[in-house]
Amino acid sequence: MPTQTTTPTQYEMVVGLEVHAQLKTASKIFCGCSTKFGAAPNTQTCPICLGMPGVLPVLNRRVLEMAVKTGLALHCQISPYSRFSRKNYFYPDLPKGYQISQYELPLCEHGYLEVALPAGQAGVNGQIKRIGIHRAHMEEDAGKNLHEGLEAASHVDLNRAGVPLLEIVSEPDIRSVDEAVAYLKTLRDILVYLDVCDGNMEEGSLRCEPNLSLRPVGQKEFGTRVELKNINSFRFVQKAMEYELRRQEKVLREGGRIVQETRLWNTEKEITVVMRGKEEAHDYRYFPEPDLVPLIIPQELIEEVRKTLPELPDSKRERFVREYGIPVYDAEVLTTSKDLAHYFEACVEVYPQPKTVSNWIMTELLRELKNSGQEIADGPIPPDRLAGLLKMIDNGTISGKIAKTVFEEMYRTGRPPEEIVKERGLVQISDEGAIETLIDEVLQAHPDERESYRQGKSQLLGFFVGQVMKRSQGKANPGKVNELLKRKLGET
Amino acid sequence: MKLSKEEVEHVARLARLAVSEEEKEAFSRQLSEILTYIGKLNELDTSKVQPTSHVLDLSNVLRDDVIRESLSTIDVLANAPDRVSDFFRVPKIIEERE
Repeated sequence: MPTQTTTPTQYEMVVGLEVHAQLKTASKIFCGCSTKFGAAPNTQTCPICLGMPGVLPVLNRRVLEMAVKTGLALHCQISPYSRFSRKNYFYPDLPKGYQISQYELPLCEHGYLEVALPAGQAGVNGQIKRIGIHRAHMEEDAGKNLHEGLEAASHVDLNRAGVPLLEIVSEPDIRSVDEAVAYLKTLRDILVYLDVCDGNMEEGSLRCEPNLSLRPVGQKEFGTRVELKNINSFRFVQKAMEYELRRQEKVLREGGRIVQETRLWNTEKEITVVMRGKEEAHDYRYFPEPDLVPLIIPQELIEEVRKTLPELPDSKRERFVREYGIPVYDAEVLTTSKDLAHYFEACVEVYPQPKTVSNWIMTELLRELKNSGQEIADGPIPPDRLAGLLKMIDNGTISGKIAKTVFEEMYRTGRPPEEIVKERGLVQISDEGAIETLIDEVLQAHPDERESYRQGKSQLLGFFVGQVMKRSQGKANPGKVNELLKRKLGET
Repeated sequence: MKLSKEEVEHVARLARLAVSEEEKEAFSRQLSEILTYIGKLNELDTSKVQPTSHVLDLSNVLRDDVIRESLSTIDVLANAPDRVSDFFRVPKIIEERE
């Protein structure tokens, strides 16, 4: 008879992400106002984006092209017939009283995105997961509300009203916070690769709204979901979701019920709070936008756009694994940006040992870039110089350890490795006579250890190697030191 | 087709309209009559007709991505009921609930 166990219910997280990407056009989606970020308030508005009566919106050609391009990159079907709809609601940042969006006939549907999960996740190194894209549609952005301190009013800037957005909605295929972050990063990389969005979360050109629910492991039906808003960095996506996961789990464990609602991430308090006054907001009364004519996308146009697609991160990643024989995780890291991928390939061309190059980029170079807040495109170390440094290790000019010091100096000063090695006298000592002299000095200085070694404490070899290396200021060839030490100690 | 008083209240709330009790009764009756009248269209068989979203036989009307001059802030804010510097000033939007 099985005994009754009291293991607490394990919950599984189910997440779908809504991402709003600002398309990189010069002018707004339906009028000629500039989309430039940071302009003085209300200087980039006109009768169309202000919602004056009697005006007519006209779709920006670039918006359509970018949306088709992105749809194709996300493996979506591009609808041959598509149109805009009005989403009706009142808010101070929405001058017309409706947002022009797409509803029942979106431009892109049924796509997917492949995401590489970081090493160590689910015990698998570099596992690939496919996350469905439900739809992607074009719409206009709303204005911006500012709430200044204690003033009993809010201030509205309508420069952002009418800026083109692509709303990309995933299927609820995401099962963890890490997956959500990986999805978002991959999506951002693609948008930046395609040059359709600058991917800047802080400036709001990429916004993410997770829909998150929990269900007991094994249950088929989804739990009640909560929508999270007001998240403006990757770090906060992670924090907000982790907070919400804990909050919902606690409610469920205590026998409570999750209420379907929109919650705002509060950056200062690091909690989510219920958004006010949206109880009835979901009755948007969509209807076809009579001011805009339908879109008919011929197959030829789709094929034409398809030809202009650059090699995207996922195919680049596959090619890196296939062509260079590096692990999936390395390929994933190296293809996160076009510039980094290009750097890797330029390096390997001069120094054809891909895994070594990959290791140096992922550890040394990315660390230095992170510390100095630079981008690879700033060109602190040209690829042929890194290749040159690696060659110097291979031909025994310098040791791997010294190479790291040289690398740091190359990064700091922008000088070539040969010059640094020569000037600072870092050339590796491989000369047997010179190393033997160092060994003799060490053995003389440590008669006791030498005696112990002779009596069988063989692990002291490491100690001697260390001492010799220290005396050589790290310049002695470690292989040679080992070999000569063993010989010397064996003699006595 | 009958539109209930509750439905009238709901629609009024969505449109931010304040309606009195008598008006609710009146609108309920009038809107019901309108819906019944329009409902006649349901008698037509439209199963083989493409839904129309636009009366003109036009598609793909597009403009080039070219910046045109925006309005001056004087004009932009000319009709604003209230302003502070070059912002529209509106009753405070409180998005969070404790």
